[in-house]
Amino acid sequence: MVRKGRAMTQRRQDSGPDALLPSREPVRFLTEAGTAVRARPAYPVPDLDLLRLAYGKMVVGRRFDEQATALTKQGRLAVYPSSHGQEACQVGAVLAVEDDDWLFPTYRESVALVTRGIDPVEVLSLLRGDSHCGYDPRRHHVAPQCTPLATQTLHATGLAYARRRQGTDRVTLAFTGDGATSEGDFHEALNFAAVFRAPVVFLVQNNGYAISVPLSRQTAAPSLAYKGIGYGVPAEQVDGNDPVAVLAVLSAAVRHARSGAGPFLVEAHTYRMQAHTNADDATRYRAEGEVELWRKRDPIARLEAYLRKRGALTDGDVAAVAAEAEQFATALRARMNTDPSLDPTDLFAHVYGEPTPQLREQRAGLETELAAEVR
Amino acid sequence: MAPTTMAQALNAALRDAMHDDDSVVVFGEDVGALGGVFRITDGLTHKFGDERCFDTPLAESGIVGFAVGMAIGGFRPVVEMQFDAFAYPAFEQIASHVAKLRNRTRGRLGLPMVIRIPYAGGIGGVEHHCDSSEAYYAHTPGLKVVTPSTVADAYSLLREAVEDPDPVVFLEPKKLYWTKSEVDLPARAEPFGRAVVRRPGRDVTLVAYGPSVPVALEAADAAAGEGWDVEVVDLRTIVPFDDATVADSVRRTGRCVVVQEAAGFAGVGAEVAARVQERCFHSLHAPVLRVSGFDVPYPPPMLEHHHLPGVDRILDTLDRLQRDDEPDTRFAGGAA
Ligand SMILES: Cc1ncc(C[n+]2csc(CCOP(=O)(O)OP(=O)(O)O)c2C)c(N)n1
Ligand SMILES: [Mg+2]
Repeated sequence: MVRKGRAMTQRRQDSGPDALLPSREPVRFLTEAGTAVRARPAYPVPDLDLLRLAYGKMVVGRRFDEQATALTKQGRLAVYPSSHGQEACQVGAVLAVEDDDWLFPTYRESVALVTRGIDPVEVLSLLRGDSHCGYDPRRHHVAPQCTPLATQTLHATGLAYARRRQGTDRVTLAFTGDGATSEGDFHEALNFAAVFRAPVVFLVQNNGYAISVPLSRQTAAPSLAYKGIGYGVPAEQVDGNDPVAVLAVLSAAVRHARSGAGPFLVEAHTYRMQAHTNADDATRYRAEGEVELWRKRDPIARLEAYLRKRGALTDGDVAAVAAEAEQFATALRARMNTDPSLDPTDLFAHVYGEPTPQLREQRAGLETELAAEVR
Repeated sequence: MAPTTMAQALNAALRDAMHDDDSVVVFGEDVGALGGVFRITDGLTHKFGDERCFDTPLAESGIVGFAVGMAIGGFRPVVEMQFDAFAYPAFEQIASHVAKLRNRTRGRLGLPMVIRIPYAGGIGGVEHHCDSSEAYYAHTPGLKVVTPSTVADAYSLLREAVEDPDPVVFLEPKKLYWTKSEVDLPARAEPFGRAVVRRPGRDVTLVAYGPSVPVALEAADAAAGEGWDVEVVDLRTIVPFDDATVADSVRRTGRCVVVQEAAGFAGVGAEVAARVQERCFHSLHAPVLRVSGFDVPYPPPMLEHHHLPGVDRILDTLDRLQRDDEPDTRFAGGAA
């Protein structure tokens, strides 16, 4: 699996601050057409089995994303932030870590959570509105999807440090967007992670916009990956629509963290093909031409072309994956078409370990109201 | 028995908690070699090592957010915010995560952690060092909010805070750090959720907490000379709130005054007054009154004694309790 080339771990051993800097250009293995680039980057190439797995997960993820968007139009979801176009990052991140490495996702990461194997109905319960977090974080090693921007990067750092203190070699992976890198918590997290050598990988999916605000209003840095060096955190930038590159770079970042060398920052240049959420109107702030440009860099098409050329993907494989994705969507649609049954008195559960007397009183009050409604 | 200060009792509570439970870790700004600016963590790094009590980068949101992650990972973090007003950078972490994580995850991720905050005034501190910030936390469901007024309670409540399965905002009245009393440590007092009658009386109930309790007790002594038999209730834990003890006292005395250092508007005292009249209306012989700081930013040190509720203001307020069925003229006109 490991090709020749200067492995990143080697680069990191270079002394001096330059070793912390990202590559000048985003790391890229594939052209937009999905052929291998001429100058292969200095990272081990992910093996074909892993790439085939990633392909399948990306196709299922995109179909899930389309289904969730459709469910929103039908009024089944209150809101849905699509990850269409960002599948290489969403899937690559999950495949680069082990199942018991914790993930700290944002609202954008539904496809990553489906890739981790969480029941899609549980993933969508936040957006359907029946629960703030439908899945069991401990079972899946996935924190609740986080909306207050960048706050979760500190949790990821604290947990990474805790698990290292307990003598494990587990890492955590924190997702953020480009806009969130302007929040103070992002900087505090990088700094804490570096100072305490916490094994956390920060993955910034730079999709160019924070709702409507372009990257140029977030930063004047050469790229977001340059935010690492000020904290002593090594960083890399990668073509986030190149699944081979994303897996190669994230795997190296995870190895770095797992080896005890501390945190790592990865910036993935990508694009969200849909509006910020279904409630957003992207035509107000970006031109259709720009979207078209990115449509040509579609991560699924690129990986498919690459795998076909390598003889690792046949028409039959593609059809089988498509059928699997269709089945996944059909099952999800059916299950989402029933209303969840909710117990209103559940409002008072889990505010504290033990309810306070006041909460007991308020619960009794609601029960009386409910009984009156029935009558 | 040697007299112990509140600062020493808090220090002993941390030491004993760390001794009894390896998962307890203490961190914050200057808590290591220095022992904290108020020396509450004095000697902990020396005794337990740098992995158990350590300095962090200077970033309050970072400290609290990092603690959230460590608590998910099985530790019991006790973090120190250096001063009340310097905890504000952490407010987003506290309000959006610390308070909510148990609820958001249907009980699957509880956060056993303590956020210690030296708070309130009366020590001649310059601006940003004297805020009474209890209402912000008490208004946030999911937090427990605790503030001791005695040396024994400082020890007992802090031990309980560390053992509690829920996050606790532990507000330390900094002007009481140096008060002394003879206590046998380890001492255990009433649990969370129990207010305590510090002084029994028949005519009026003074409800106070934290830094205001000694002031209320002093006022009660002075009022005895004026013929008032004053009961003083110390809330100890603002959340959970002990309605039973407060209401029971006011039903007996028929009058209630709430004392707090914080600005009065939308403060904890307002909540207490509302709860008392909801529960004790037919026992009340007079309106529930409040003695609080003014609705102004915390004043410069040379003016703080005008701002803080003192004995005289409490006595003046007792005089307005319509003992002789005279209506209170203060609210008769103008802005009211
Ligand atoms: C602290 C905070 N401020 C504002 C918001 C509102 N908000 C939600 S998403 C968003 C844009 C975030 O952009 P980015 O970090 O680039 O992530 P993306 O949505 O592009 O994935 C904003 C402003 C928020 N959730 N949290
Ligand atoms: Mg963005």
